[in-house]
Amino acid sequence: MHSPNQLQMIALEANEAAASVAHRLSEVIAIYPITPSSAMGEFADEWSSQNRPNIWGMVPRVVEMQSEGGAAGAIHGALQAGALATTFTASQGLLLMIPNMYKIAGELTSFCMHVTARALATHALSIFGDHSDVMACRQTGFAMLCASSVQEAHDMACIAHAATLESRVPFMHFFDGFRTSHEIAKIAMLADDDLRAMIDPAGVAAHRQRALTPDRPVLRGTAQNPDTFFQAREAGNPFYLECPGIVEKTMDRFAAITGRPYSLFEYVGHPQAKRVMVIMGSGAETAHETVDRLIRDGEEVGVLKVRLYRPFSVDRFLAALPASVRSIAVMDRTKEPGGIGEPLFLDVVAALYEGQAAGSSRFAKQPMVIGGRYGLGSHEFTPAMVKAAFDELNQAHPKPHFTVGINDDVTKGSLPVSDDFDIEPDDVFRAVFFGLGADGTVGANKNSIKIIGEETDFNTQGYFVYDSKKSGAITISHLRFGPRPIRSAYLIRQANFVACHQFQFMEKFDIVGYAKEGGVLLLNAPFELDAVWAHLPREVQKQIVEKKLRVYVIDALRAAREVGMGGRINTVMQTCFFAISGVLPRDQAIAKIKKAIEKTYAKKGPEMVRKNFAAVDGALSHVHELAIPADGAIGQPLPPTVPIEAPDFVKNVTAMILAGRGDLLPVSALPVDGTWPVGTARWEKRNIATDIPVWERELCIQCNKCAFACPHAAIRAKVFPAESLAGAPEGFASTDYNAPDLRGMKYTLQVAPEDCTGCGICVAVCPAKDKSMPKRKAINLAPQAPLRRREAENFKFFLDIPEIDRAKVRVDVKGSQLFQPLFEFSGACAGCGETPYIKLLTQLMGDRLLIANATGCSSIYGGNLPTTPYCANHEGRGPAWSNSLFEDNAEYGLGMRLAVDQHAAHARQLLGRLQPPLDEEFVGRILNADQTSDSGIAAQRTLVAELRRKLASLNGSPEAKQLALLADYLVYKSVWIIGGDGWAYDIGYGGLDHVLASGADVKVLVLDTEVYSNTGGQQSKSTPIGAAAKFAAAGKSSPKKDLGLLAMAYGNIYVAQVAFAAKDVHTVRAMQEAASYPGPALIIAYSHCIAHGYDLALGPEQHKLAVASGYWPLYRYDPRRRAAGQNPLQLDSGAPNNQLQQFMVNETRFRMVEQKNPDRYKMLSEKARRQVADRYALYRQLAEPSAGQTQTAAVPPPTAKVRT
Amino acid sequence: MNLTTTYLGMELAHPLMVGASPLADDLDTARRLEDAGASAIVMRSLFEEQIEGEHDANVEHFEMFADSFPEALSFFPAVSEFAMSPDAYLEQIRRLKGAVHVPVIASLNGLRISGWLRYAELIEQAGADALELNVYHVATEARETMYSIEQQIREVARNVREAVKLPLAVKLSPFFTSLPHVAMELRTTGIDGLVLFNRFYQPDIDLDDVSVVPRLQLSDSSELLLRLRWLAILSGRCTASLAVSGGVHTAADAIKAIMAGAHAVQVVSALLIHGPGRLKVLLDGLKAWLEEHEYESIRQMQGCLSLAHCPDPGAFERGNYMRVLNSWNGRVHHATSD
Repeated sequence: MHSPNQLQMIALEANEAAASVAHRLSEVIAIYPITPSSAMGEFADEWSSQNRPNIWGMVPRVVEMQSEGGAAGAIHGALQAGALATTFTASQGLLLMIPNMYKIAGELTSFCMHVTARALATHALSIFGDHSDVMACRQTGFAMLCASSVQEAHDMACIAHAATLESRVPFMHFFDGFRTSHEIAKIAMLADDDLRAMIDPAGVAAHRQRALTPDRPVLRGTAQNPDTFFQAREAGNPFYLECPGIVEKTMDRFAAITGRPYSLFEYVGHPQAKRVMVIMGSGAETAHETVDRLIRDGEEVGVLKVRLYRPFSVDRFLAALPASVRSIAVMDRTKEPGGIGEPLFLDVVAALYEGQAAGSSRFAKQPMVIGGRYGLGSHEFTPAMVKAAFDELNQAHPKPHFTVGINDDVTKGSLPVSDDFDIEPDDVFRAVFFGLGADGTVGANKNSIKIIGEETDFNTQGYFVYDSKKSGAITISHLRFGPRPIRSAYLIRQANFVACHQFQFMEKFDIVGYAKEGGVLLLNAPFELDAVWAHLPREVQKQIVEKKLRVYVIDALRAAREVGMGGRINTVMQTCFFAISGVLPRDQAIAKIKKAIEKTYAKKGPEMVRKNFAAVDGALSHVHELAIPADGAIGQPLPPTVPIEAPDFVKNVTAMILAGRGDLLPVSALPVDGTWPVGTARWEKRNIATDIPVWERELCIQCNKCAFACPHAAIRAKVFPAESLAGAPEGFASTDYNAPDLRGMKYTLQVAPEDCTGCGICVAVCPAKDKSMPKRKAINLAPQAPLRRREAENFKFFLDIPEIDRAKVRVDVKGSQLFQPLFEFSGACAGCGETPYIKLLTQLMGDRLLIANATGCSSIYGGNLPTTPYCANHEGRGPAWSNSLFEDNAEYGLGMRLAVDQHAAHARQLLGRLQPPLDEEFVGRILNADQTSDSGIAAQRTLVAELRRKLASLNGSPEAKQLALLADYLVYKSVWIIGGDGWAYDIGYGGLDHVLASGADVKVLVLDTEVYSNTGGQQSKSTPIGAAAKFAAAGKSSPKKDLGLLAMAYGNIYVAQVAFAAKDVHTVRAMQEAASYPGPALIIAYSHCIAHGYDLALGPEQHKLAVASGYWPLYRYDPRRRAAGQNPLQLDSGAPNNQLQQFMVNETRFRMVEQKNPDRYKMLSEKARRQVADRYALYRQLAEPSAGQTQTAAVPPPTAKVRT
Repeated sequence: MNLTTTYLGMELAHPLMVGASPLADDLDTARRLEDAGASAIVMRSLFEEQIEGEHDANVEHFEMFADSFPEALSFFPAVSEFAMSPDAYLEQIRRLKGAVHVPVIASLNGLRISGWLRYAELIEQAGADALELNVYHVATEARETMYSIEQQIREVARNVREAVKLPLAVKLSPFFTSLPHVAMELRTTGIDGLVLFNRFYQPDIDLDDVSVVPRLQLSDSSELLLRLRWLAILSGRCTASLAVSGGVHTAADAIKAIMAGAHAVQVVSALLIHGPGRLKVLLDGLKAWLEEHEYESIRQMQGCLSLAHCPDPGAFERGNYMRVLNSWNGRVHHATSD
């Protein structure tokens, strides 16, 4: 056994802790990124790329597959061929592995996978933790071993890998997504020798002996018939019967080596407990902590932690329970709608029954069992909730099934929870930090918790809560440390130390509410010391006084700028934390921060180290204690979260979520089926831009390029008659509209000051310069604060100006921007390269759009609550949007098309049948309407409205009633399938290919960032040669898959490749042509992205370079051209111009390859150059007119006049 | 015939070397330059702004979006594996030293006293044979005085001198009120030589875009005259080694520079235009000329036409100016001929 000083204690998160073991015990690792497990695969990949060996001295081979299904298949093959293999996954990804899991288990294969347990998408997607996914696998034949903490994730990983080799039963080792996977804790690390001692070489040899090899050929994967399948299925039973014993033995061996004992079921609590909770996962730690406290309070309670859930050992379960137990609350972190109870509950009931039936029960009376659900989707599970469950067991008639942690006011299933039950001991120091995503707060806190962990004997815990928005996001760091093990698997509510790193949050969130009485508040405030108090909202001031908080203030931005750190305040704030909190002696703390800085930045250069050192040294001279004025609360009252004119739902539900109080919403407040109102993003005034665009109307040429490129629909153009200006606020700017066709009208370009993210793309694309001061354009950025109120009023007025009649506008780049965007203020990254395409789509045809959206960035900024960016026009029409899954999006969209077509056909049929009562000519007009233009659609809508009136007069004819339901489908609907390259090129490609090949009238928009953006930059098959990405750290060596060419090969699919900021007119045309094409269409859209690594305000420049260099050729392939004797393919950009190098070197993803290995970069960039040249040559050849074809640029009008 | 020369205390096979340029970025090119006969290779400049700015930019691009969105706590492969560009520069010194046998001279470009100066030491540790310190500066502020600028140059030189033992040259611009004074003061800091001169990459204006654009124009032989003049003035008066940089395109150019006092002749534009092999053409030309004119060694002609030895020193001074003016026959060219 180790003596304590031999132990290597390290602060890390469970993903790293588990991966560290898995990597060292594997030969083949096949993965696919999915939250929250992605980091495990990334760690494995990183270690292998650093040539870190496994315990046998070999570097594990890590391969990223095209889906979890692919990863499972690859693993299955590797195992069958005798390798030790592993994988990491979660949620829907785990479900995709299930078919192979049955096979792997059925073949009794030694294998261990690691799962960060996560909710499954049902009424909504949730990236957060519960046991829905692992519970969906309990029938596969996998052993299931659960870890409740970071240390256990490390230890159970080892136990599972060891046990599977002996038992031949494959193992799923799992722990709670986020709560455990992303928690940083100080743990004892297993050395390679520990792992060697745990892994039985005989087990490894036996696994290898079972390998499929032509040297000892056998056959597996037969098909069996009714005569033998059943018996063969039962033949493996002995292995399952032996498995729990093997795990137990393995745990004992582990304890002997490490001194950390574990058991299959671990009981903690009163030896004569009457009430016991059965639970697994991180909640078991909270229950453990609570039980300790309740026992001290004199209660006879206990908790049984389930570790080996499958195979479920009834004997050991019963033996682990105290004989005194009278009642049991079984806690499940999953939901099985319609079941008698959740899985663990049913298992416990069955186990008790079996024990009694077998006569082996030790209980005087069969205990009563109730089942509760808790913590779905990472909902908080606190000691008060544990206590509530125990209290329920004390009731005369406890609820047999309950929920805890929410207020179920509908089916009344929830338990009351006391807010006052706070059991955190005084010796645990608690600190909460509020930061902005980009300000480095989380990074600094991760660093701090490591410093405290490594420099003191304290146990530590760090947990980080992030925003669902990608721009202007808030982060909340929860840090605990203390002398005893920290079992608090829940957020801090009463902190000794609260820091607010961004002053504007004081208005938005109840930050002071986190502080305990007498605690400390550290406030970063951009004011002079004596002005700070007055800037605090009145409610905040009151709380500070009531709670007797000590308040420290620093202008961290100034402190950071003084030492050349720009806007990065993390080091300054970290230093203040150590200085004020007194966690470590000040000098020691400062020395340690500096050491950490050197470690972090040594590779990045001494200058960064020097500046950070200066920031540390300078911080203390800037921080001051604030004298709390005697007169207390003098500030302004807090503004409402959303404006008072917002709809009730937004005020009652959305606003609660926005204020961080969504967990208080009762069940009745929420839609029953996940249906959510559109257009709620406009009510959240985020005010995240430091600078916003200001319009100079005298310079403006009214090209609308700024509005076109704006990723957030925060700069808009309108044309309107002068009389609309009546009642305009003072200073509302407008000018004469300059287009000849709408002479006499007025034009305004208006900014939404509180919704703008300040990305600056609008300024970058503005072509109009001041002749005597070219630096000044027709729009320029200026500080938001002084403009906020005035422009907000102007924007409000602007919105109320009636929209222009679409029929009067020519639909081109300029015209498209006079249409209302029906996608606004999404939470996409500031400067996002995807959203301008979606916004444009909604402007062109938003009123008739159905969107099937693949999971990814676009589903997150498109549909992640609290707010919804898709919205409706003044007629109430707008995009109907939905996300099914990641892998099935093309199929999902096809389904929508089929339904819409069926409805339309049905309506046309009914209309045909109703010809006699209706006017024949009128029916003919509807049936034969030309709906290929806006005006055609508008005319058809008028006809349908008239039809409705006529139908109403038909007095209840059943056919008329049916038609009334379906009449709207007589108006054409455009079905668009939207997703990123991860979907289109990888996981969804099979379906996409099938749907495109089907000939159905669906339009596909691929927002191509060339990398898995949403999960953090893993390579996809769209990643280009020479770019570094996760799983291609050395730079991808194979070329980007040519999705467009593959689609063109069918010959009947409209295909276009576009780049909006390189040639906006081309993007508009492609979208129109795709929409009008009577069949499948594919648009591949160049989308700049933060994963490319440069200032996104330069995105438009990169678009231009991408196209000019041949990196991103523009083309349109329109099968309709064939009918006119033309080549369907038109190449819309020129030959590569030798600027490929320039394009590449501008982006970190290429530059990091150059910096790491210049020779490899040279080789790859030469390969890229050749590929670009070859591709262009191929396209040019394909675009050449063949005999009998003419080459004109004209696009024939759509052939199908009437769409059904 | 003895072609050797001493530059910054280093014995070189002959004066023709590759000046600071991207030519040494690539090992193959460096080898070809050595094969063509280059006596030393100066690497491209590592800029103060690069050291400080690229760090900031890289760190920013790596860290800007880190830890802010729960599904993606980072967007790039782990950064610890990647050397940032100044480290790549140091790595390139090591690689060049492994690839060629001639001296490798590193180049640092900057004028502020700050963290980037530490790179002088790192360059020395990386194995460079000498260091060229380029103090390129354009004064744009009226409050900057010639004193303050000159003092700053000296401070930078002194700092680097104290930090490293490497042979150290300072590369200057031609625009000083009194270049001999600047040279003398610099020499007191302990530097070993001067490189005359750095070339200003002067920005141009793009009329289509109404914007200022960088424009890199390669030198031609006409730029040599300015250098000849200052070489001749400094040679013999200043004890530092002198190198010429800018305008050497032919063997004749090189010979003139040596006669004016250069110990080393740096070539860049000619090599960028004609390729590494051009160096051999120049070297052969130099040898041929020496042979033809029966010079025994380079040293024999070094500085023979400097101000100290020149039979007609006035030509380099004001008299030359008068002569040039007088040679103008008062004719006015009309821009009609082409």
